[in-house]
Amino acid sequence: MKARWSERLIEGAIRLSAGLAIVSLVLIFVFIGKEALPLFTSPEARAEAGMGRLFGTGSASTGDIATTYVWQPVSEEPKYSFWPLIAGTLKATAVALLFALPLALGAALFTSEFAPPALREVVKPVIELLAGIPSVVLGFFALIVMATFFQNVFGLDYRLNTWNAGFALGLAVIPIVYTVAEDALSAVPQSFRSGSIALGATPWQTARRVVLPAAFPGLFAASVLGFGRAIGETMIVLMASGNAAILSWNPGLPFRSLSATVAAELGEVVHGSPHYHVLFFIGVLLFVFTFLINLAGQVWVNRLQKRLVGK
Amino acid sequence: MRKQFLGMAASILFAASPLIAAQNITVKGSDTMVILNQRWAEKYMGAHKDAVVQVTGGGSGTGISALLSGSTDICASSRPMSEKEKADLTAKGGTAIEIPVAKDGVAIYVNSKNSVKELTMAQIKDIYTGKITNWKDVGGADGRIILYSRENNSGTYVFFKEHMLNKQDFSPMAQSLPGTSAVVNAVSRDPKSIGYGGAAYAKGIKFVAVKADDQSPAFLPDENHILSGKYAASRNLFFYLRAPATGDLKKFIDWVLSPEGQGVVSSVGYFPLKKAAAKK
Repeated sequence: MKARWSERLIEGAIRLSAGLAIVSLVLIFVFIGKEALPLFTSPEARAEAGMGRLFGTGSASTGDIATTYVWQPVSEEPKYSFWPLIAGTLKATAVALLFALPLALGAALFTSEFAPPALREVVKPVIELLAGIPSVVLGFFALIVMATFFQNVFGLDYRLNTWNAGFALGLAVIPIVYTVAEDALSAVPQSFRSGSIALGATPWQTARRVVLPAAFPGLFAASVLGFGRAIGETMIVLMASGNAAILSWNPGLPFRSLSATVAAELGEVVHGSPHYHVLFFIGVLLFVFTFLINLAGQVWVNRLQKRLVGK
Repeated sequence: MRKQFLGMAASILFAASPLIAAQNITVKGSDTMVILNQRWAEKYMGAHKDAVVQVTGGGSGTGISALLSGSTDICASSRPMSEKEKADLTAKGGTAIEIPVAKDGVAIYVNSKNSVKELTMAQIKDIYTGKITNWKDVGGADGRIILYSRENNSGTYVFFKEHMLNKQDFSPMAQSLPGTSAVVNAVSRDPKSIGYGGAAYAKGIKFVAVKADDQSPAFLPDENHILSGKYAASRNLFFYLRAPATGDLKKFIDWVLSPEGQGVVSSVGYFPLKKAAAKK
């Protein structure tokens, strides 16, 4: 009797904590959304920073991209175009993933398929240790060391540019992608490999034709996680990007990301001003962005998994 | 509004306290000066238990209108009152009393390898608004000018925008960094860059001498030139009154101008009015 009672209690507690996690996630979204809401409801905020101003040309259309889409929130006439920030964020994320995905996935394949066990025991923890480096340290490294290196090697005008911040972001993304990808590859049943080898395939053929396809959903999930990390990462871009809101796809120029904008400006913004609401709206955008990406990734992974299992 | 809120909270707190005596001084105006005013108020109230100093921000313009309407004792302003505003006050039966209380200024720095030694105010403005983009246009070697600026929440940013850029927008190419030391560090590593901030010395950078216009001599941002007003990239911060100060108001203003009050100025990051005060 007593045992059942305590079991119920524990079960309830576990249920409660699972529920709390979801509730707090929803609450976070609700509260951020509430602070952004006046952009739609308050006439004053809408006049200064309505959706037409954030995503359209507003009143400042001059025919020239550089002067039409401008982020200048502290100004005689505040300008809040999101496009330079969105372009900057995507540009840096692209550089980060181009650099991090091949390295992380390659490393995962190597450790799970080709590395001798002794080497594997060294490589795996070392890469995973990289995840423990605080992003402010990576940012500092990028700001002081990498920036000078890149400028000297590539002869760029700007020390702080998208290459620099993108590579630093990549360093933060690698361990996450690596860990999940390595787990996915290791989860492929040993019998698959044995069967393939028995049929006369080389280890490389086995890895490419048997293990990789079987682990594909996991590798995809790893990449999506990496994307989510890159797009939301704040400290590294704040320090290493130069924070200039330029609408350009040139990776040799500095950029200003959505997340770094919130971090840099929220501290001293006038509470309740349109600028304040705009910063919360950026938060909503980032939240929705990562949520959708993760959701789409999850749905696709499920589909792939079904297809691979062959139901 | 946060700073203002703090000020109001402090004033409500003190107004509600049983210490309430006759003394009640209100300071309203410049957002640049809010922190400075706040420190003055705290220190003064700490030393004078019967005094109540209420500080609010809102901007120099707001402060001047409050002075005109008589709703504040002291108007804190980061710019001189215009002739028209003074005339408006006279029309209302007051006399504008101008008291400089501190100095505000920025140093302009470039990499020590840069051959440019001096710039006019107009050139600095054109560089930071993006009209001049090459060093050869201001007498340097051919090369793109890399702009370093501060985040838009910093007082230095606002000073630069108001005083140096005449309220125009910064060029979008200006990279914003958190703090003077970050700007100094970036400029020291970037041979083609320019930055601004407090007069912080560091290896690898040098100060640019600033000329008010083509004809005037150039001055470096050392203490003498800032205090004498010869250094163009600096400005006075003022208190304005409706009538000559008397009684408790006079006591407060005298204290602000005293070595103790001026010591607060340097602790907040501005320049005190006199050299001696800085050393205390």
